[in-house]
Amino acid sequence: MIEIENVGYSYGGGELLSDVSVQLAPGSFHFLTGPSGSGKTTLLKLCYGALLPTAGQLSVFGEDMRRLDRDQMALLRRRIGVVHQDCRFLDHMPLADNVALPLLVSQRSMKAEEANLGELLQWVGLSKRADARPPELSGGERQRAALARAVIMSPDVVIADEPTGNVDWDMSQRLLRLLIELNRMGKTVLIATHDLSLIRAAKSQVQARVLRISKRRLQLAGADL
Amino acid sequence: MSTGTIRNLLRGDKRADRVVPPSGFTAQLTLFVSGAMAFLAVFALALSLASGRLADRWASELARAATLRINAPTDQLAGQTQAALTVLRQTPGVASARALTTEEQVALLTPWFGPDLPIDALPVPQLIEIIEGEPGYDAAGLRLRLSAEAPGAVLDDHTRWREPLVDAASSLRRLALISILLIGGATAAMITLAANAALSANAQVIEVLRLIGARDQFIAGAFVRRFTFRALIGAAIGVMLGMAGVLLLPDASEAGGFLTGLGFQGTGWVLPLLIPPLGAAVAFAATWSAARRTLKELA
Repeated sequence: MIEIENVGYSYGGGELLSDVSVQLAPGSFHFLTGPSGSGKTTLLKLCYGALLPTAGQLSVFGEDMRRLDRDQMALLRRRIGVVHQDCRFLDHMPLADNVALPLLVSQRSMKAEEANLGELLQWVGLSKRADARPPELSGGERQRAALARAVIMSPDVVIADEPTGNVDWDMSQRLLRLLIELNRMGKTVLIATHDLSLIRAAKSQVQARVLRISKRRLQLAGADL
Repeated sequence: MSTGTIRNLLRGDKRADRVVPPSGFTAQLTLFVSGAMAFLAVFALALSLASGRLADRWASELARAATLRINAPTDQLAGQTQAALTVLRQTPGVASARALTTEEQVALLTPWFGPDLPIDALPVPQLIEIIEGEPGYDAAGLRLRLSAEAPGAVLDDHTRWREPLVDAASSLRRLALISILLIGGATAAMITLAANAALSANAQVIEVLRLIGARDQFIAGAFVRRFTFRALIGAAIGVMLGMAGVLLLPDASEAGGFLTGLGFQGTGWVLPLLIPPLGAAVAFAATWSAARRTLKELA
């Protein structure tokens, strides 16, 4: 699904990642961990094409990311659901429209998807907040809305960058359960987090592999977490 | 860019337009500026058409006519007139030559001397009207022959005072055309500035749209539609006001001279109607290229 081969990323002379190789198989569940600033977000950005690798080869759905033109990249992103660290909403539109935004930009019929949208909002527990603007939402509500937006196109891959960064333990458990449910539905899940207790909590519910970035390299962490 | 792409960009999509936050005040500015530019364009167009008409009229009316003036003592006047007419009739390129009658000469002089002029008592020169044929005559040769046959004849072929007038009208037309081009360029520059401002004010929105899989065409379309329609509506209002202003100008009249001939005539009235679509086209191109530049900097 996502194949990363000897990928390096450097910017302005500094090297952030080097010789990173990993393959995310369809239906797999991965955590990506490492200290702050180690390059977790960068690696995720490489996976959805917000950044391009400066070395090595990275392919998603069998497509070499560096060979895609702008329109192909847009089409590819519709197949990857991303929960950004800062959620990334359009503050002038109500929550329901923000969640449905990927449908809008891919010019799908909204009428046909209306039921889907209602179900999805119910799944993340935000039915009553559909008309609220993003700035009016709490941290947990924002994260759940971001997750709903990430999956509305029913993508094959869900990538989440610190989805539990700004929420309390109960809320992070709730988000984790949603992500695990998605994985059970067959989605490939990749979550960046520095929260080891979240990883431990997940391990009891799902077969998750843990990737750790340390000294610019990616290692498969052992079972000792 | 294909016509299909242009049609897609312009096709109204209420929901898609909402992804760009409403801009309020700056929208009014774009409307105002494109309206003002269209208003000015109407007048520049009117000036250009009127000065064109003027130049053509002066050039054709005066080019075909010349006057021969015979200054001679009263006893020789008739003889010299006859001699001059004979010379003129034999000159190739002269279509017709006719001595003005006394009544016609009186009519010409009336504005200066009043109706009671005893023209017989005055040594008024005899005038001969010459209408030039196609091709024209050789003025220098004619002057030489006339000086032998009718020494009192002075040929005035109007070119001397026609040229500066036609030149002036032509330069006026040129200036008006340059003004129209400048107005078009200024509109493009203004729309580009406004579009750039809107694009950078909405950089976050554009980034989010790109991240969730929006194609460049979708994002650019939201901006292009906005500015194209604003320019179209603004220009339509400007043209309407401009045309009303031209309508209210006094009609062409002898007393007003060339200044009163400034309006549109006949099919000329159709030309200003082209300004709004042209303004919209300029806005479309300016916004499209501004959006492309901005989007290229994003992943």
